[in-house]
Amino acid sequence: MEAQNRARNNILFVCLTAIAVLYMVPLLLVLMNSFKGRFFISDTPFALPNAQTWVGLQNYVTGIAKTGFPLAFAYSLFITVFSVMTIVLFTSMTAWCITRVRSRLSSAFYYLLVFSMIVPFQMVMFTMSKVANVLHLDNPVGIIVLYLGFGAGLSVFIFSGFVKSIPIEIEEAATIDGCNPIQTFFLVVFPVLRPIYITVAILNTMWIWNDYLLPYLTIGSNYKTIPIAVQYLQGGYGSRDIGAMMAMLVLAIIPIVIFYLFLQKYIIEGVVAGAVKG
Amino acid sequence: MQKMPKRYYAFFTLPTAIAFAISFIIPFIFGLYLSFTKFTTVTDSTWVGFQNYVRAFTDDQNFINAGLFTIEFAVVSVILINIVAFALAYLLTRPVRARNALRTVFFMPNLIGGIVLGYVWLLLINGVLINFGFDITYDPKYGFWGLILVTNWQMAGYMMVIYIAAILAISSEVVEAAKIDGANAWQMLSRITIPLVMPAFTICTFLTVSNSFKLFDQNLSLTAGAPGRATAMLALDIFYTFYGQNGYEGVGQAKAVMFFLFVSAIVLLQLRASRSREVEA
Repeated sequence: MEAQNRARNNILFVCLTAIAVLYMVPLLLVLMNSFKGRFFISDTPFALPNAQTWVGLQNYVTGIAKTGFPLAFAYSLFITVFSVMTIVLFTSMTAWCITRVRSRLSSAFYYLLVFSMIVPFQMVMFTMSKVANVLHLDNPVGIIVLYLGFGAGLSVFIFSGFVKSIPIEIEEAATIDGCNPIQTFFLVVFPVLRPIYITVAILNTMWIWNDYLLPYLTIGSNYKTIPIAVQYLQGGYGSRDIGAMMAMLVLAIIPIVIFYLFLQKYIIEGVVAGAVKG
Repeated sequence: MQKMPKRYYAFFTLPTAIAFAISFIIPFIFGLYLSFTKFTTVTDSTWVGFQNYVRAFTDDQNFINAGLFTIEFAVVSVILINIVAFALAYLLTRPVRARNALRTVFFMPNLIGGIVLGYVWLLLINGVLINFGFDITYDPKYGFWGLILVTNWQMAGYMMVIYIAAILAISSEVVEAAKIDGANAWQMLSRITIPLVMPAFTICTFLTVSNSFKLFDQNLSLTAGAPGRATAMLALDIFYTFYGQNGYEGVGQAKAVMFFLFVSAIVLLQLRASRSREVEA
C-alpha cells in the first residue's frame, strides 16, 4: 500500500514536472529567439540559434533604440510605485471611516465603489480620457489620481471586509485615552491592517504595472509605459522588427520574474486573501 | 464609533471621493449621456435619442459578431480554466515532491501582462501554423483557440492557488471520517472535496467570467481582431468603433453602455446561481 502510494506519487511528480516544463516553453522560446537575426525568427522559431542566425545582443540594441525602453521602464516603475502607495493609503483611510461611521452617506459611497468594480473600462474610457485632459491629469503624476479612482472599488472592498473583523473596543479605548480619529487610525488601526496592506498593494501592482489601455488613452502619446512600448513596436513605423520585439518581450518579463521570485510567498498569499475577501 | 466630526470624515474620505468622482462617476454619467448624442469631440454633441443604439446593430454586423464570439469564448474559457485549475490544485495538494516549486511555475504566467503574453504566444502559434502555410489570422477558429490557450495559460495558475487554499482548508476530521467509512479516492473527490470547495468555485467562476467577458489586451496583441474583425471581442470592437471609425463615437459609446449592462447582468446571475450551490460542513 505504502510502496504503491509512493510509486503513484512519483509518476505524478514526473507528469507534473513535464507539464511545468511545457508551461515554460513559450517564455524560453522568446528568450532563445531574442538572440537570432530578425529574418530567422518567424519562419523557424523552434530552431536553435546557429553560427548563421546568432546575432548576440543586436536585437536588444535596436529594440532599446526604437522603444526607449529604459525610459518606459522608469515611467512604469514611477507610476506603479506611487499609484500603489497612494491607493493603499487613501483607500484604507476611506474604508475604515465608512465602515465605522454608519450613515447613509457612508453606505451610498460604499455601494458606488462596489458598483464600479463591475463596470467595464470601455464604458468610461472615452469620457475619462477627456476629463483627464481637461483637468491636466494626462501626465505620469496626474495618472496617479486616475488610478486611485479606478483602484478604489476593489481596495476599499477588501479593506472594509477586514476592518469589520477588528474588535471596535481597541479603537474605543484609544478614543478614551484621548486620541482623535486621525491618531486612532494611524496609531491603532494602521498597524493591525498590515497584512491587508500587502494584499492590496500586490493586487494593485499586478494590475497597474501591466495596464495598457488607461495609460495608452491618457498619456500614451507622450509617455510610453512598458506595455505601450511593446505594442508600439508592433504597430510602429516601417516594417515590423520581430527581433527587436523578442528582445523587448524578454526585457518586459525579466523585472516581473525577479519581483515574483523575491515576493512569491506574499504574492500567492495576497491573491488568496484578496480572492476570499473579494 | 457611530459619529465622527465632519472635518475628520472629510479628511478620511475626500481624497478617494474626489479621485473616484473624476475617474469614474463623472465619466460614467457623461458617457451615459453621450450614448444618446452624436459627437466627435465632447463639446459638439447633439441629442439623437436611441439612434446610436439602433445603429450599433444595423450599420454593420461587427457588434453582433463580437457579442457571439465573446459569449462562445467566455463559455469555453470559463469551463476549461476551472477544470485545469482544479485538476492542478487537486494534484498539487497530494504529497508530491517539489510541489511548491511546481506551484510557483504554474502561477507565474499570471504576473505577465496581457499585451506581452499575446506576443509571446503569437510567436509560438504562428511558428506551428507556418508549417501548414498560414498564420493565426487565416481563419477565426485559430484566433479563437489561440485566445483560449493564452487565457488558460495565464489564469489557470491564479485559480489554482485559490482552489489549493480551499482544499487545504477542508477540516481533517471530515476527511478522516470519510476514510473510516471506507470512501475510495473517487468518492473522496466527488463527495467531500468538490462540495466543500464550492465557495472557491464561486469565486473562481466569478473571476473567470468577468475576466473573459472583459478581455482586451490579449485580444489586441494576439489577433488584433483579424481576419477582418472576426476575432474581435466586445471590448476590442468598442475600442475600434471609437478610435477606428470616423463618425462612430456615439455608436461606440452606445455599444459600451450595452456592454456594461450585459456584463452586469451576467455577473449578477452567475453570483446568484453559484451561491445556492454552496454547502457548509
